[in-house]
Amino acid sequence: MIEAIFTYDFLRQAFISGILIGLMAPLLGVFIVVRRLSLIADALSHVTLAGIAGSLFLSQSVPALALLNPLYLGMASAVAGSTLIEKLRTLYKHYQELAIPIIMSGGLGLAALFISLADGFRTDLFSYLFGSVSAVSYQDMWIVIGVTVIVLVFLIGFFKELFVLSFDEEYAHASGLPAKWIHFLFMVVTALVIAASMRIVGILLVSSLMTLPVAAAMRLAKSFKGAILWSLLFGQTSVLFGLVSAFYLDLAPGATIVLTSILILLIVIAIMGRKGRRV
Amino acid sequence: MEKYIEMNHVSFYYDKTEALQDVSLTVNEGDFLAIIGPNGSGKSTLMKIILGLLKPMKGDVRLFGKPVEEFRDRACIGYVSQKSNSFNSGFPATVYEVVRSGLAKKTGLFAKYPSDASDQVKEALISVGMQAYSDRPISALSGGQQQRVFIARALISKPKILLLDEPTVGIDQQNMQSFYRMLTHLNKHHGITIILITHDVDAVSKSISHVACLNRTIHFHGYQKEMESLSDEQLEAWYGHPVRRVKHEGGHVHD
Repeated sequence: MIEAIFTYDFLRQAFISGILIGLMAPLLGVFIVVRRLSLIADALSHVTLAGIAGSLFLSQSVPALALLNPLYLGMASAVAGSTLIEKLRTLYKHYQELAIPIIMSGGLGLAALFISLADGFRTDLFSYLFGSVSAVSYQDMWIVIGVTVIVLVFLIGFFKELFVLSFDEEYAHASGLPAKWIHFLFMVVTALVIAASMRIVGILLVSSLMTLPVAAAMRLAKSFKGAILWSLLFGQTSVLFGLVSAFYLDLAPGATIVLTSILILLIVIAIMGRKGRRV
Repeated sequence: MEKYIEMNHVSFYYDKTEALQDVSLTVNEGDFLAIIGPNGSGKSTLMKIILGLLKPMKGDVRLFGKPVEEFRDRACIGYVSQKSNSFNSGFPATVYEVVRSGLAKKTGLFAKYPSDASDQVKEALISVGMQAYSDRPISALSGGQQQRVFIARALISKPKILLLDEPTVGIDQQNMQSFYRMLTHLNKHHGITIILITHDVDAVSKSISHVACLNRTIHFHGYQKEMESLSDEQLEAWYGHPVRRVKHEGGHVHD
């Protein structure tokens, strides 16, 4: 395997991207879970799919755009989706969760429209839906590296503020923290991570890489630092084990990565039993 | 003596419901003010206006001499809300991490916690008697212990004034007594000015210096001692229902 990584460019690209995604998805995921935004991440992934499908359709029908990387439009639509969700959440103050099905079905509806308009990208689309070991291009890898840098700068730079905001929103406002801005940036960064992760995990399973490792970590961790470290460990293990097994068994990595994290979660629940932290 | 908080003719509405009407209130350095009043009398609204979380429709608020909207030195103000409706209860964090987060407003964006943060956390926990709990998960603590931790989080930024919104809801009698003793200690020995919203007028009467009776508008505001001289009729008038008054050696009013 190690040898193959050095021999084949596509494998190296997949593994470097995978390791970075295994780093940033669970890291951001800790904040997503404690802020109870897991479903929003899921909705955003469907909006990203609309952007991807739209881009694939465009490159098929407009020759000048044939080489456009679908990731860009995917990212743009995810960011647009995240601002739309915020808008809807303020419109439906007492039914904030309504924003999720609205955005989710809207995204999926648009995606289905583009997919049926252009009938020719079935295999390509499969790799976007469930991930792929072989489809990560050199350019994709650099996009993932770029997004990783943005995520790390954001999370390290605003760590204190994000902690306060996640723990006690009213206190954050009372402390004079720019809570609105930080939340907006948080949603944008989440959208970027979702778009960047989809090459490996697949769009339908992206949000699970943000939530499953954290779900297992929360059973074990007594501190916030502990929750972060356990999430990273579980996320990284899932990605690496999932990628290797996907490569050898010729499976979609989305499936193997998510099933590995489910397995880890089940093991943690079984070991901790009733002793686990109630959350 | 410095004027810490000044409210002049403040009114506030939720949609069309009037929550506060023409409220004026002054809090000076060293005061220990209890705000009492029936449910729905606007106590929490008043506190949120002082904190700048709500903007009054009429009147103005000044903190340390500055209009509230221009006031930036948030470290001067410590706030502890009603436990039940604020913090994220399943949150995986230790007492240490929670108290340290009180430094966030002092440290500024993009800056790390100061290198002596752990000493500051220790000191804040000692002042609320919780130093033994530093490494415990916050969710494993009782309601009273959690409230002490939140006071430590407020104290760590070295505030001049502490605002507490019914901090003893859901805390048993015995813990409540020691909780108020701790507040008295902070007021008398650490010179921290305190505004406390409470129903437990009995329990706090020995600690407080001033009382404000609120029912949308201020019906009484003055020294704790002066309140004893009010008649039952006067009390009933602003409470809106008959008031049971209990006299102890200190002399105070209870609803």
